[in-house]
Amino acid sequence: MTGYIIRRLLQFVPVLIAATLIVYAMVFLMPGDPIRALSGDRPMSDAVQAQLRDQYNLDDPFLVQYGKYMWGVITQGDFGTTFQGRPVLDIIQQGLPVTLTLAAVAFGFQAIIGAIAGILAAVYKDSFIDRFVQVSLVIAVALPTLAIAFLLQLTFGLNLGWFPIAGIRDGFVSYILPGIVLAAVSTGIVARMLRSELIEALQSDYVRTATAKGMKRSRVVTRHGLRNSLIPVVTFLGADLATMMGGAIVVESVFNMPGLGGQVFRSIQAQENTIVVGIVTLFVLFYVVVNLLVDLLYAALDPRIRYD
Amino acid sequence: MTELARSRSAAPAGGPAPSPTTQGRPQEDASLWMDTWRSLRKNPWFLVSAVLLLVLITVALFPQLFATHDPRECFLGRSRQEPSAEHWFGTDIQGCDYYTRVIYGAANSMAVGVIVTGSILVLGSLLGLMAAYFGGWVDAVLMRLTDLIFAIPYMLGALVFLAVQENRNVWDVAFILIVFTWPTMARLMRGSVLAVINNDYVTAARALGAGPLTIMRRHIIPNSLGPVVGYAAVYTGVIIGAEATLTFLGVGLQLPAISWGLQLNDAQSYLQQMPHLLTFPLIFVALTVFAFTTMGEALRDALDPKSKKR
Repeated sequence: MTGYIIRRLLQFVPVLIAATLIVYAMVFLMPGDPIRALSGDRPMSDAVQAQLRDQYNLDDPFLVQYGKYMWGVITQGDFGTTFQGRPVLDIIQQGLPVTLTLAAVAFGFQAIIGAIAGILAAVYKDSFIDRFVQVSLVIAVALPTLAIAFLLQLTFGLNLGWFPIAGIRDGFVSYILPGIVLAAVSTGIVARMLRSELIEALQSDYVRTATAKGMKRSRVVTRHGLRNSLIPVVTFLGADLATMMGGAIVVESVFNMPGLGGQVFRSIQAQENTIVVGIVTLFVLFYVVVNLLVDLLYAALDPRIRYD
Repeated sequence: MTELARSRSAAPAGGPAPSPTTQGRPQEDASLWMDTWRSLRKNPWFLVSAVLLLVLITVALFPQLFATHDPRECFLGRSRQEPSAEHWFGTDIQGCDYYTRVIYGAANSMAVGVIVTGSILVLGSLLGLMAAYFGGWVDAVLMRLTDLIFAIPYMLGALVFLAVQENRNVWDVAFILIVFTWPTMARLMRGSVLAVINNDYVTAARALGAGPLTIMRRHIIPNSLGPVVGYAAVYTGVIIGAEATLTFLGVGLQLPAISWGLQLNDAQSYLQQMPHLLTFPLIFVALTVFAFTTMGEALRDALDPKSKKR
C-alpha cells in the first residue's frame, strides 16, 4: 500500500508540473503588455516601469518566471500579487468559502437524493416508482447545465419566488438553486449506477441466504445489498468532486456568485493574469489531490483490490 | 444514425449477400447488428430521440424551409414584442423575428457538435487503439498526456484559450473543444480494446501470421468500437451544450453569427421583463442536447453487450 501511494505521488508530480506549466504559458503568452495597461493614459517613467518589471519577473525567460512562481506557491503559499498590488491569496481566501459551500451543497444533494432515488428504484424494480425515477434520470442527465440553471431560475426564482436567483445575500438559501444545478447531472448518474449495482447485488447468493435465514427485508437491503453496491458509487462521487470546479465556473457566472469560478471568469476577461494563474493552479492541485484520495479510498473500501 | 443502423442491419437480413462491412464473416456481423437493431427498436427513448434528431438535423440543414422571415431583416420599431400570430416567438431587441433567428441558430450548434465529435472519434479511437495495442512506452506517454489534459477543467481551458483570440468562428471554438475532449474518447477506446485484445480469435489471427494492421482492422476495431460509438453520440450533446455555454459566457461565437448561445446571452439582461427571449432558445438547446444524449445512451445499451445483462 505504501509503495502504491509513493508510486501514485511520483506519477502525479509530472502531471501537476505540466498542467500548471500549460496554464501559466497560455495565460502569460496572451497578447498585450500588462505594465503598459497598468499605466493607462499617464506616461510612466522608465525607472518605475523597470522596477515593476523586476517585481513581477517580467524580464526573466518564461521558464524562469514559471519556476519562481511555483517555488513561491509551494514554499510559502504565495500566489503572487495582482497588478494593482493586492495579494492573489487574498482574493482566493475571499472566494474560496463561497465555492466550497456551493460544492458542499451540490455534493450533499447528489449523494443523498441520488442514493435515495437509486435505492427506491432498485428495491421497487419495475414499479411505478422505478419508472418515475428512470424517466426523471434520463431527463436530468440529458439536459445541459446551462438549461437546468435557467429553467430553475425561471420557475423557482422568478415565477414562484421561492429562492433568490443571484448573489449570496440571503445566506444558505442562495446556495440551494445553484447547488442543485451543479449536482443535477451527477445525481442522475449516481442514482442510475446505484440502481443497477443494487439490483445485481439483490440477486446474489448471499442476499438469498440472508433472506432465507429470515432476516427482515430492510436489513437485507441495507446491510448486505448496499454495502457492496456502494463501492463504485463512492468512487464516482469522489471523482465527480474533483471535476466540480469546472462546473462552478458556469454556475457561479449564471447565478452571479462571488466564488472562485466566477472570479476566474471575470479575471480571464479582464486579463488579470496573476489571478487566473493562481486560481487555476489551485483548481489543478485540488483535482490531482482529490483523485489520489479517491484511488486510495477505493483500495480501502474494496479488499479485493490490492495495489502492491 | 437511424439510417446507418437500418441499412447496416437490413442488408444481411435479406440473405447471405455480403455487404462491404460484413464481407468474410457475414453470419456474426449480421447477428451483432441485427441484435442491436432489435433491442434499439424496443427502446422508446431511441424512437423519441430518433424522431427529434431527424427534425433538428433537417432544421439545421434547411432552415429556410421552416423560417417565416429573413433572419437579418430587423426593424428597431418592432423591438421586443411578445409572441403573436405574425411573430410566433415574438421579436428580439433588434426587432428581428425571434422564431426565424432561433431556427437559423441550429446550424452553428450542430456544426460544432458534429465537427468536434467526428474529430475526437477518429483521433481518440486511433490513439486509444495504439495505446492499448502497442502498450509499453506508447501507452505510458499517451496516458500521461490524457492525465495532463484531464487535470485542467475543459471549460476553464476553453475559456482561457478562446478569450485570447480576437475573432472566433465555428472552427476556433471546435478546435479548442477538440483539444480538451479527445482524452475521454482515447481512454474509452483503450479500455474497450484491452477487453478484446486477449481473446482467442486475436491470438489465432496472430498465430496465422496476420500483421498488426490486419488484426486491428479485421478483429479489434469491429469488436471494440461499440461503446465508443455510443459515447460519441452522448458527447455530441455535451459538446453542443458546451458551445452554447461558452458563447453565452462571451468567449464563443460572435455577432453577426446567429447562435443560441448569443441569444441566451442577450436575453439574460431581460430575464425579468421578457422571459420568453430566454425560454425559446433554451428549449431548442435543451431538446438538441437531450436528443443526442438519449440517442447515445440507447445506442450504448444496444451495442455494449455487458450492459445488456442488467
